[in-house]
Amino acid sequence: MWNGIDFELVYTSLPELAGGLVTTIQLTILTILGGIVLALPLGIARTSPLKSVSLPIWAYTYFFRGTPMLIQLFLIYYGLAQFKTLRASFLWPILRDGYWCCLIAFTLNTAAYTIEIIAGAIRNVPHTDIEAARAMGMSAMTTMRRITLPIALRILFPAYTNEVIFVLQSTSLASMVTVLDMTGVARIIIARTFSPYEIFITIAVVYLMLTYATLWLFRRFEFHLYRHLRSHASAVAAVPALR
Amino acid sequence: MMALPQFFDLQGYGHLLMEGAAITVGVGIAAMAVSLVLGMLGALARLSERRWLRRTGAVYTTVVRGVPELVLMLIVYYGGTVLLQKLLSLSGGDIRVDIDAFLAGTIVLGFVYGAYATEIFRGAFLAIPQGQIDAGQAYAMSPGQIFFRIKLPQAWRLAIPGLGNLWLTLLKATSITSVIGLTELARQSDLIKSPTHKPFTTFFLASLLYLAMTALSDLLRLRAERWASAGFRRS
Amino acid sequence: MKFVRFLAVVFAVAALAGAAQADKRKLIVATEGAYPPYNFVDADGSLQGFDVDFAKALCEKLNADCDIIKQDWDGMIPGLIAKKYDLIVASMGILPEREEKIDFSIPYYQSPTALVANKSAGITAGADGFVDPESLAGKKVGVQRATAYETFARQKWPKVEVVVYDSSESADLDMTAGRIDARFDDFIVLQNGILKSDSAADYARVGNIWAEKDFGSKGEGIGVRKGEEDLRDAVSKAILDMRADGSYQKIDAKYFDFDIYGE
Repeated sequence: MWNGIDFELVYTSLPELAGGLVTTIQLTILTILGGIVLALPLGIARTSPLKSVSLPIWAYTYFFRGTPMLIQLFLIYYGLAQFKTLRASFLWPILRDGYWCCLIAFTLNTAAYTIEIIAGAIRNVPHTDIEAARAMGMSAMTTMRRITLPIALRILFPAYTNEVIFVLQSTSLASMVTVLDMTGVARIIIARTFSPYEIFITIAVVYLMLTYATLWLFRRFEFHLYRHLRSHASAVAAVPALR
Repeated sequence: MMALPQFFDLQGYGHLLMEGAAITVGVGIAAMAVSLVLGMLGALARLSERRWLRRTGAVYTTVVRGVPELVLMLIVYYGGTVLLQKLLSLSGGDIRVDIDAFLAGTIVLGFVYGAYATEIFRGAFLAIPQGQIDAGQAYAMSPGQIFFRIKLPQAWRLAIPGLGNLWLTLLKATSITSVIGLTELARQSDLIKSPTHKPFTTFFLASLLYLAMTALSDLLRLRAERWASAGFRRS
Repeated sequence: MKFVRFLAVVFAVAALAGAAQADKRKLIVATEGAYPPYNFVDADGSLQGFDVDFAKALCEKLNADCDIIKQDWDGMIPGLIAKKYDLIVASMGILPEREEKIDFSIPYYQSPTALVANKSAGITAGADGFVDPESLAGKKVGVQRATAYETFARQKWPKVEVVVYDSSESADLDMTAGRIDARFDDFIVLQNGILKSDSAADYARVGNIWAEKDFGSKGEGIGVRKGEEDLRDAVSKAILDMRADGSYQKIDAKYFDFDIYGE
């Protein structure tokens, strides 16, 4: 095996892997979009002074941030199928599909982290800016829309970039529940051909390229976000926040 | 719907979850040790005056963030042993070295989270007030003395919040080792989901165990932060 | 630092272990542990099953000190090649593509293969008595990854949606959940798994049972690394000895009501 890395195998596997790649990208984009849709209102609500509002949201994010994604995925895929009433309900056509289970699990997970990121960023908006807005007669809604959120967006951007990268990596878990993303396809090819090295390293390289592409995209957007402060743009490169 | 006690009955397989949790903590600690070492080395590399060191450090952190842990785990587990065998056979002799699942898990997790630890330590070193270092130099301390007596203790203090976060993430990431058969909590719950016929109960209880570990870790982190800040007056 | 020290300890122990080779040879046997009744894990966490009992008896015949370990099916062959263990006793079929990578002993049993489907899925048998591929078109069939069943299903039934799982047990679970229409596996495993579940009444075997030769398989064999012919031959001889002195039949009777050796 060491005498020659089986390049031919890599070459013949590319079409199959490409199919998996499409699924990976699909899952990533849909998860990000779903996460934003879910997290934006809930993230704002998370900062509410009303305990009855912020506490349930906190409980949700605490659960999803405190447990591994794999367990969450298994919980939804295998776990929900345990209940006969669910299997008989209208939800079943969605829940029985591995792809949808992944979307649900991944979205709930990323939304939980995003909610905390958004809430943290909103809390870190300089209070002086908010006071200035209110002093000028802006309503709470307008303040939120025109002042708080844009500033919060800039604050949360590095952390959210990390989150997006993480979603990309975690789509590989879909292979654990019969979904044929790039990792899933790779494992089938390897099981067939007994050549783990070549295939895994191939997909590792593809994931790397995807990550770089995403990072590049987000860096450009971040640059754009700071266009009003162009001379201070160098201060943007913060230590990457961890999830 | 099932009655509550029936819902929670894992038919005797429940203790396997606890055993799994023990292994989760075990591999977590082992991997944490590795990532602390790699993190410190990586931070020193990235802050070094030598460009090749800085470059290597940067490549390390970017590559590691770019590949899914699942894939890294499978590469090391399937390919790593063969690689090691080939290397060893060069020196002659049929030494059988086995990278078992625990070792593979420790290596991969330690390697991956070492990259994150690098960033944490790097940020910590950068955040030390320059005045302290200047004072040390004014006292004619050698670079080594400055490092061990001034930089390192302060870096630890500054790094603890980030490291606490790292530990929590690492603990959850141990679930990935289930794909290489390590019988930690995630794997155990996956194994007993079938014989118990209660996958939801199994995974839910596993979740509770993870939450318990997370909550406990949070408490320990707060204590560690307080301990590390002893003697530090916020001016 | 810690890692290098750890490695050094591993080397030392391995070298010492190699030096202290007693009369009894040391063998490590791998089995899957998720394929009842051939191999599975009981509530204590210990490995049980026909394969496990068989392996223990085999080691006695070989006068060897055996450790039986659990290994995921996916990594079974790579693990053997990588010398993680010496024998595979995990109901592994002797297939040509596997024989390219490892050696097998003579078969130690013949596995019956069957398709078990949901009665409401509309899968029927054809005129020849076997499953009618046309009735399978568009259906979802659950198989374990890296098995002869996966290969066969993909090659012979191109219109079928082959759904792969890490283990037979996971596939069974999804069958009861209604995610797949049929299961394609060893018939005894299916009888023990899906056909013993709470909803067993919903499922039934469709068509005849296939024999190993219909799959291009010689039977289930013990996996051995290439280049270890003496071990392989010793194992084959031990199997024949176990047949002759009745120890095989005793283990067989514990799990099955017929002789699975075949021939």
